[in-house]
Amino acid sequence: MNLRRDVFQALADPTRRAILLLLASQSLTAGAIAANFDTARPTVSKHLQILTECELLEQQQNGREIHYHISATKMKEVADFIEPFRNMWDDRFNKLETVMKKYKTNK
Amino acid sequence: MERKTKVNAEAGKQDILITREFDLPLELLFKAYAEAGIIEQWMGTKVLKLESKKHGGYQFETSDANGNVVFKANGVIHEFVPDRKITRTFEMEHTPFGVQLEIYEFEELTDSTSTLSMHVVYESVTQRDQLLKLPFAQGLNMAHNRLQDIVSKMK
Repeated sequence: MNLRRDVFQALADPTRRAILLLLASQSLTAGAIAANFDTARPTVSKHLQILTECELLEQQQNGREIHYHISATKMKEVADFIEPFRNMWDDRFNKLETVMKKYKTNK
Repeated sequence: MERKTKVNAEAGKQDILITREFDLPLELLFKAYAEAGIIEQWMGTKVLKLESKKHGGYQFETSDANGNVVFKANGVIHEFVPDRKITRTFEMEHTPFGVQLEIYEFEELTDSTSTLSMHVVYESVTQRDQLLKLPFAQGLNMAHNRLQDIVSKMK
């Protein structure tokens, strides 16, 4: 399974992004999370399941309740996701700069 | 250290913004996009056609060491304003990535420095994300690395 792709797809959904935002500062139960959205409870559960499956969220058992919180490690990985793409352009632009500097000198 | 090339790709959107500051005068930066012979050098691709003008078009083609074509791209130029702006489409042939709209804006910073901002709009969020996930060690970069090999052998 391509985990990275799943993470990216998970993040493409606005409700899931809102859930992550909500959990950025606190850990909450599924019920407390659902209370913040107009969306039907099962839909929110589905979103939580997806976010948990791709490891953006972690579950923690507190007595009888399950709390959801953000996985800092995974979020960092997502932030780094764009890095290969950025590197490719950086390399390419470095080459452009080198080529044009030579061009200037040869003129 | 501040990164020279910045990429801004927000989740759930179908565009990307790439910006870069160059240690080059504006005129030279623009020339790197306007002349076929120069594009060939830094992009590491063969330029089959380049008409740097409004309603012009271009075709790139890259072959591997055995002469097999590994990358083909083409597009049309919608707007061409020397030292300022190029608006063009870009399509990688035989790929599912569709046609992207590319808006290049060139700006002078000082006599010897300039910036390029490249705004790329994809057909859909999915296509953009697929493209971002392309393993860049393959395809585009392959041609790039090959060029580096050639250059290092020349030294």
